[in-house]
Amino acid sequence: MTTVEATTKVDAMTRVDAFPTGGTGAAEPTGWEALVTAALLGTDRRTPPGSEPGAGAPGALLDSAAAETVRRRAGLRPARAARRPDPAPEDPRPVLPADAAHRLTVLLADRPGPAAVGRRGSAPDLMELLPQWLATANSRGFAAPPEALPALLDAARGRTDLRPAVLAFAGPRAVWLARLNPDWRFALRATPGAGPVPPGPGAAERVRRLWDEGLFAERVALLASLRARDPGGARELLAATWATERAEDRLMFLDSLRTGLAATDEPFLEEALADRSRNVRATAAELLSALPGSTLAARMAARAATCVSLDRALAPPAIAVEAPHECDAGMERDGVVPKPPAGRGERSWWFGQLVDAAPLRTWSARLGGRSPEEIVALPVSDGWRGELHAAWCRAAVRQRDGAWARALLGAPTAPEAGGPGAVSLAERAKLLGTLEGEERAAWVAGFIATHGLSEAFQLLGMCGVPWAVPLGRAVVDALEIARDAGSYPWSFSGVMGLAERCLDPAEASRLDALLAIPDESEDASPGAGGYWAEAFQRLVTTLRLRAAMAEELEGEGSV
Amino acid sequence: MTVGDGSGPVYRCDCQGRGLPCEHALGLLLLWTGGDGAVPEGDAPAWARRWLAEVQEGSARRRKERRERRERQEPTAGPHHAVGPGATEAAWRRAEERAGRITAGVTDLEQRLTDLLRGGLAGAEQPGYALWEETAARMVDAQAPGLASRVRELGTIPASGPGWPVRLLEECALLHLLGRGWLHRERLPDGLAATVRSRVGLPTSADGPPVRDRWLVVARYDTADARLTTRRTWLYGVEEDRTVLLLSYGASGRPLEPPLPVGLALDAEVSAHPDTGRRRVALGRRFGPPAPTPVRPGGVTASRAAGVYGEALREDPWLESVPVTLERVVPVPDGDAWQLADADSDTALPLTPAAGNRPGLWRLVALSGGAPVTVFGECGHRGFTPLTAWPTGPGRAVPLC
Repeated sequence: MTTVEATTKVDAMTRVDAFPTGGTGAAEPTGWEALVTAALLGTDRRTPPGSEPGAGAPGALLDSAAAETVRRRAGLRPARAARRPDPAPEDPRPVLPADAAHRLTVLLADRPGPAAVGRRGSAPDLMELLPQWLATANSRGFAAPPEALPALLDAARGRTDLRPAVLAFAGPRAVWLARLNPDWRFALRATPGAGPVPPGPGAAERVRRLWDEGLFAERVALLASLRARDPGGARELLAATWATERAEDRLMFLDSLRTGLAATDEPFLEEALADRSRNVRATAAELLSALPGSTLAARMAARAATCVSLDRALAPPAIAVEAPHECDAGMERDGVVPKPPAGRGERSWWFGQLVDAAPLRTWSARLGGRSPEEIVALPVSDGWRGELHAAWCRAAVRQRDGAWARALLGAPTAPEAGGPGAVSLAERAKLLGTLEGEERAAWVAGFIATHGLSEAFQLLGMCGVPWAVPLGRAVVDALEIARDAGSYPWSFSGVMGLAERCLDPAEASRLDALLAIPDESEDASPGAGGYWAEAFQRLVTTLRLRAAMAEELEGEGSV
Repeated sequence: MTVGDGSGPVYRCDCQGRGLPCEHALGLLLLWTGGDGAVPEGDAPAWARRWLAEVQEGSARRRKERRERRERQEPTAGPHHAVGPGATEAAWRRAEERAGRITAGVTDLEQRLTDLLRGGLAGAEQPGYALWEETAARMVDAQAPGLASRVRELGTIPASGPGWPVRLLEECALLHLLGRGWLHRERLPDGLAATVRSRVGLPTSADGPPVRDRWLVVARYDTADARLTTRRTWLYGVEEDRTVLLLSYGASGRPLEPPLPVGLALDAEVSAHPDTGRRRVALGRRFGPPAPTPVRPGGVTASRAAGVYGEALREDPWLESVPVTLERVVPVPDGDAWQLADADSDTALPLTPAAGNRPGLWRLVALSGGAPVTVFGECGHRGFTPLTAWPTGPGRAVPLC
């Protein structure tokens, strides 16, 4: 009995007939194979079945083969069904509105290809709008249309930064789908709570078995997804097998405790400070120093305090620094790396590590009850200012201390904010991350108004989307100034791209005046005005598109 | 750029407008009819001259086809007693000449197949493509484009992977069957004779009576070779419960007609071509724009679909596949391949190897999520090619191609 399946088999020579040939035919079950063999060898060498040798043989062979071919095709039977996959879990979220679903298809179809490289003219860069679309759709709690899942997963496969939002939006069916397609394995690793072990009855038992028997990558994924749901449970799971893990595995597992770090992790981390592996010790120390109430933090505070004092003999008073003379065993156990990188002195290297691991509240007590602003304003003797402030920046970021971050950032309009000061741009960007969104935007707006756009890209990247109104206006004003100064717009393509994605769409109407091609001034680059008009056109088009996107997602889900 | 040919109402414009003539062509015509030299006489650019020549040739051919059709519909006048005006006689003579050339071509082809089988298919790997290309060119000379494209297909089989001798024998045998059918077409039943003529490559015209229905656009896809883009649009007649095929051709990369959107229904008349189970149609009058509809084509089980194909072979043994809607089927992985399994029994149709590699497969799998779906596609001897799917619950058509 032939099945359609058989026709698709690699070796079709093994096919058998659809219907038993019956009667005389049953005596030659290999009739078709005999025909194929004769055809392959040629009728001069092999006389086909049911034919005389000679000139008529090829025709007779073709006649029989034609009848046989049609008979075989007409007699095709369905195949036996293979084992069906378990159905995908239900997605209880409301269905995406139809317009939004269509928009998603359009965004996903705009895949970056060779043609997309280079200048885009005034057409919006749709792929760049996908993250925002996903964020809005996720905040509205819509379910992804199932047929869009393959394109979503493909997009996330190519861009790791899209993965969290895509997987949140794609929901449980994407995980189901990823089990069927190795290209999408990342979805199994990365989905918190929907990871390698699907929730349900007996989940604890399955978690335990996977932890004990799984491959390293599976175990890392399991620990990460469990930590996101149940930090204490994840730590206990890890503690149970800690002593038997290999050093490099311990390091990776320890790193996953960064998520949901809390005071209850301290005893486990303290134990890890005595680990055989230096890297494990260093990571444990770093995690502990991010817990300002930990005993490690207290030890570091005591050490750091002995190095820093207020010299009241000077007027005004100044901070005096006496860096440690040695890195003792206790310091090393608490994660201080004894050997400095090339080109750095040992003592300043140790000093920096003590200060950045010490809780920041240490300093107010140590330096005469001063506020962070007052402390940062104090002069520092003997050229230690850079080292000390840099360590405080690291501490403020690690401990997420807004008051200290604000003090270290200073006023955005200060002249040194724009140039190379004690605090680098990268550090400033990190400090901004500890401030609330509105304060962050206001600081960056002030910075741009004073210093222009050339240093602003990294700082803008820290600001929430859509940009607050004062920040957006500061950027647009700065762009207009840059245009009037006569440079080409692609010198600002980074900021322009950010503006397309981040400017509040409500600001679009304010940009109309910028769409005209300005009169070319004498010192302007040739044709720059036209390019600026094109760039602003793209900005406005993109903003209108984003407004439309947001509106489509406001609609009620169709069920 | 807009070209209007004043000698007859033909237009072409590279605008994106859907209307024909578009507003540019209309504007040009209005200016031209207004006289006063508002449209200056100019030399047509080369592309426009080429196009106009094609249009004129095409309309001459259409006039000729209409004449030939009239002849066929008047059997009393009969092709063997050409008593009509001189033009009809000339057309009849041209048709006879062409039939004679095809017969000579078929005889030649039969000889080549005989030679091939005598020496053995194993030798077909060595001479390579050139033999087939040369034979195909001979069929083009014989004005049998259908045979020519089949011969060209034969040339690709030896390189098509394991099992090629079986496929080559099958296709050689079917080509032989077609040749025999041509040589003995006088003795075939009318429908089969029409199928043979069409398969050989004689043009047919949609001379069936117009059938008005709500035609649901169930699938659409383009295929292209170096010269030609072919657009296939499958329509399902809601009242007729029948699926028909619209074919349109365009120069490579540019189909002629604006696409009909999948999932919408069109109130229109279609007329069938006389061959292949009257499945191919031409679109006639439309009574409104395409509109959304909740209607879906009526479906069968996977196991029934194999039978539908088998039955269709009775009318056209050269048929590669038939349009089928499968109801309540689940996409199921089967090793490296996929199949569509009946939700309510243990039977399944395998997907064709080509369909298993397309992105549309994953859209189908995602849509199903392991639950039954409705799938429209082409069911043939190589398996099932899914083209469009619908979720079991409410939901719109999802194109898979």
